[in-house]
Amino acid sequence: MSLIVDRQLVELFAGILLTLLVASAAGFALSRRVRSDAGRATVENLNARIRAWWVMAAVFAVAVLSGRIGAVMLFALLSLLALREFITLTPTRRADHRALLGSFFVAVPVQYYLVATEWYGLFSVLIPVYAFLFIPTSSAVAGDTDGFLGRVAEIQWGLMVCVYCVSHAPGLLMLRIPGYEGQNAKLLLFLVLVVQASDVLQYVWGKLFGRHRIAPRVSPSKTWEGFVGGIVCASLIGGALWWATPFRPWQAMALSLAITLSGFAGGLTMSAIKRDRGVKDYGAAIAGHGGILDRIDSICFAAPVFFHLTRYFFTP
Amino acid sequence: MIAGGLAGLARLVSGATGRWVGCRPEPRQRIYFANHTSHLDFVVLWATLPPTLRRLTRPVAAEDYWGAGLRHYVITRVFDGVLVPRGSGRAAERSAQVDAARRTVERVAAALGREHSLIIFPEGTRGPGPEVAPFKSGLYHLCALRPDVELVPVYLENLNRILPKGELLPVPFLSSVTFGVPIRVGAEESKAAFLERARAAVTALRRP
Repeated sequence: MSLIVDRQLVELFAGILLTLLVASAAGFALSRRVRSDAGRATVENLNARIRAWWVMAAVFAVAVLSGRIGAVMLFALLSLLALREFITLTPTRRADHRALLGSFFVAVPVQYYLVATEWYGLFSVLIPVYAFLFIPTSSAVAGDTDGFLGRVAEIQWGLMVCVYCVSHAPGLLMLRIPGYEGQNAKLLLFLVLVVQASDVLQYVWGKLFGRHRIAPRVSPSKTWEGFVGGIVCASLIGGALWWATPFRPWQAMALSLAITLSGFAGGLTMSAIKRDRGVKDYGAAIAGHGGILDRIDSICFAAPVFFHLTRYFFTP
Repeated sequence: MIAGGLAGLARLVSGATGRWVGCRPEPRQRIYFANHTSHLDFVVLWATLPPTLRRLTRPVAAEDYWGAGLRHYVITRVFDGVLVPRGSGRAAERSAQVDAARRTVERVAAALGREHSLIIFPEGTRGPGPEVAPFKSGLYHLCALRPDVELVPVYLENLNRILPKGELLPVPFLSSVTFGVPIRVGAEESKAAFLERARAAVTALRRP
């Protein structure tokens, strides 16, 4: 483990620290002012979220500052926990047991091993090709055909979203961008900051000004006002962070827009799955937020898009 | 300490959360009776109890499976379990069987003592899925001997998916342990009616 001492990285984390301090102070002020019961519940939930943010920021900071291995281990763990929450909601049968063992205990470690060793070729096909073919074969060999295609497709989908997509976040450390060697940790931080800023700002704009719901049956809390306000603000923040990235300001803003839009798509899609399964959250791992998958749903979609845009436009 | 570590491990593997919907985790004598689908069942149920209750709660386990070797050591030394013979369920040798069954129930009742609680799987064997098989009558006879003890229905969700019958390695699904409203044998209630009501109390805890 090598401690990365990068001035800009430290500055980014200092910015996060400052933001959290302001958020905690605002949360405290709100809790003193609120009178109604409903308001109290909202503020209590807000403060639980802020407390969880402190923990998540601390875990993420330790992982990123401890270098490649720390980041890879953190995201491998997140993938494992997210896949666990996802598979719990799918109606798998006994015949899928081996396919599931393979998904959890082979696909996840190997995918992240490939990230750690920068084996891009296999990293990009392990799950879409090999796991894709292994899962139906394993379930077919077990001989249970009830709901076969649905069962198999759902396991594949869980692997794609929770493992393949998420692994593109630490996968950013693989990219060789001329003039930016050894600084890719900031790229990962940039992605996570923009995605989470977008989530938080959509929530805040929605709470303050939300009137028109985008898809009331899928997510009652997603409004057009929250969507526009959150996406515009988060893209501006992303643009303002250009100095820590290999991008020019307008490029950083355009990429942030792509990140926030795909993040929104991820949140909406993962909500649709929850509504279909009749649950409110994927789990209860993070107080105030729900499960791991509720927190990283937007990263699932944003990470591969940001990875490939950056790879296409900025690597030789 | 081994017990504490095992409880932590069981919660980690099973991702189990205890849902106390019908009663609170109170220090009183109880018989927790649950559906049975996996070898993990009693460990996970036991692990979701608070440590103070865990120390006083003993699983009732089948002698033919847990009776020898390492399993025997674990069940008796770590879990302070009560080993009972499983009835063959055949009609032959009826009177001998009835005697044996009575002795078993008496032994289990004695295991309650003055402060212990028990974990019982009245189906008698592990089932394949979410359905709950008819209950064996031991639960009824146990209540007749110890009417002072509360009967708490428990539904174990997803443990059969984590480690189904016949598999060696567990898949880490999330599971839950739901504790329902305690029941008692009614004054005029027949054995069959009580056992069916007890079974219904367990299945009622299943989430849709």
